[in-house]
Amino acid sequence: MPEIRSGSATDAPRADGPEVPPPLLEVRGVTKTFGGGRRRLTALDGVDLRLGKGETLGLVGESGCGKSTLARVLLGLERPDAGTVRFDGTDPFALRGKDLLAWRRRVQMVFQDPFASLNARMSAADLISEPWRTHRDVVPGAKAREKRVRELLSLVGLRDGDAHRYPDEFSGGQRQRIGIARALALDPDLIVCDEPVSALDLSVQAQVLNVLSELRERLGVAYVFISHDLSVVRYISDRVTVMYLGKVIEHGETEDVFDRPQHPYTAALMSAAPVLDASYAGGDREIQLKGEIPSPFDIPSGCRFRTRCPRAEDLCAAEAPPLVVRRAREASDPHTALCHFPLEAESAWA
Amino acid sequence: MTTTAVPAAPSADTPALDVEGLCVDLSTPSGRLRAVDGVSFSVRRGRTLALLGESGCGKSMTALSVVGLLDPAAEVTGGAVRVRGSDTLRMSPAERRKLAGPVLSIVFQDALTALNPVQPVGRQIGEPFRIHRGLSRREAREKAIELMTRVGIPEPRERARSYPHQFSGGMRQRLLIAMAVALDPDVLIADEPTTALDVTVQAQIMRLLRDLQDEREMAVVLITHDLAVVAQRADDVVVMYAGTVVEEGPVREVFSRPRHPYTRGLLDSVPEHAVRGRPLPAVPGSPPELSAVPSGCVFQDRCPLVRERCVRERPPLRASGDGRSAACHFSEELARA
Repeated sequence: MPEIRSGSATDAPRADGPEVPPPLLEVRGVTKTFGGGRRRLTALDGVDLRLGKGETLGLVGESGCGKSTLARVLLGLERPDAGTVRFDGTDPFALRGKDLLAWRRRVQMVFQDPFASLNARMSAADLISEPWRTHRDVVPGAKAREKRVRELLSLVGLRDGDAHRYPDEFSGGQRQRIGIARALALDPDLIVCDEPVSALDLSVQAQVLNVLSELRERLGVAYVFISHDLSVVRYISDRVTVMYLGKVIEHGETEDVFDRPQHPYTAALMSAAPVLDASYAGGDREIQLKGEIPSPFDIPSGCRFRTRCPRAEDLCAAEAPPLVVRRAREASDPHTALCHFPLEAESAWA
Repeated sequence: MTTTAVPAAPSADTPALDVEGLCVDLSTPSGRLRAVDGVSFSVRRGRTLALLGESGCGKSMTALSVVGLLDPAAEVTGGAVRVRGSDTLRMSPAERRKLAGPVLSIVFQDALTALNPVQPVGRQIGEPFRIHRGLSRREAREKAIELMTRVGIPEPRERARSYPHQFSGGMRQRLLIAMAVALDPDVLIADEPTTALDVTVQAQIMRLLRDLQDEREMAVVLITHDLAVVAQRADDVVVMYAGTVVEEGPVREVFSRPRHPYTRGLLDSVPEHAVRGRPLPAVPGSPPELSAVPSGCVFQDRCPLVRERCVRERPPLRASGDGRSAACHFSEELARA
């Protein structure tokens, strides 16, 4: 049974149970705007996120939803205007010098385009060992580095002989493996993957997803996995966060979000994604949304999704939607949505 | 120019487009390479045929050969492309141009590069009417506004004066579709028409294409790498690999009981069927470079069923009499598995 709370998504519900260790990553109320005056763009508006060690969080949303800005905040490349980011309990934006460098080692990135993200004039070995030029003490000594490069190549399913080949000698899938090996070179706790398989062919995409899952098992690395492909997100993620125009509009465990979406946008997104098998996600009930995503320069009043929402009423334009909480298996991270009229929640109004 | 004479439209049971044994060679610094190797398919009015394959398989080059828009580095070296009873490959460029619009037309993936950036969209959409039907500028403009209304552009009369960059990606794709269907073609080729769009907009565009196809009884050739789009949208599918057709047949049957190991591998790679925490049954390796396509079966390097015969002898695309064909020596084995 869902319960309705007042307030915004920043009022993250607290665990009632015994003391839980701090999560690997906790983001609360993060807001980021660009520009000013009439050309002020709100990229993130009070975003909350939690991620435990070794977990995978899927980040879903369409263009302009803020997922790439959020990735940049998580990597420390963009300082939020408001809100807090805690990595293992510490604020990375308060760090300086050595401490900042030490933190940067722990958060790495895998990019979308394996053709643009690798320097064509560096061999695979150079690319993989480059991070050690900045972080000198991670793998000290030329011998040890050579050995570690071979280990990393084998971890991502490449051969020893590949070390001295250049990017143009590799296929897209192999290049993405190099990108992953390079991210792993610093032994990070968290890898932010921004559409890591969307530039790859389907048969190769599965290989790279397998490499990522295997690394999670073997090394315990956590992922923030950004993708527009819902079937990929469903396969790889433990939890899913859905964003729309800079706000988290739904969050929960993967099964909860996919099988029982509360927000009409999540439901529409799932029904719009073409699927092989009609019984998977949404079935036949296709929800056609009106129009396109509004400009982030001009966000609608009240609920920002109301201009396209099939359930919208006057209330949605007048008031910001409340945070609807549905208890999940794990009370510390329940299934939440920002909506006046959530799906499957009619009983709450009776 | 007056109304051009094109042969009569095909009846319901003759194919609107019939491609037979199409071969395309590509000139590269390292010599000539075969990019499309004996591709055949046909599609009737009102039906949708999908050309499915991964990058470099030759699907887009097949589409471009059909509409005669191949890059100068590529050359059709064999086969036939028949519309309305005649082979377009044997026509003069002028004759072929007469077909572009009223018989064959194409929607590209990237609407921003496909539209002219320095001309108002209304004029671009009205252009086919001026060229093929000899309408005046004003008449063509009215036609353009009608079409813009049909494809769901709000305030079409005002928007006709806007330039492509003033539209969103989804709206630009609608404009491109409006231009493609302007002269009621027999065959509409859609080359990855929604790949660059957001999911919810994608669904709107696919719906629009389907509605237009129904009301105009067009044959649609859908070029895509997305199995789910094929499953939802196409009647028949042609699966391409390394420039060749490896399997074809009705989508439902091909997807539920594939007869080529590559088709099976693709279907297994879709994460939708996978259980979280279990590895996906991926196809090992990646598609061969054009310069390194093996002489026997094109899929031998990645195939779980590969035997000595596959290395020696390229399997022909064999029809099995039930509207399906596959190019595999051991497709019966796969069907039983």
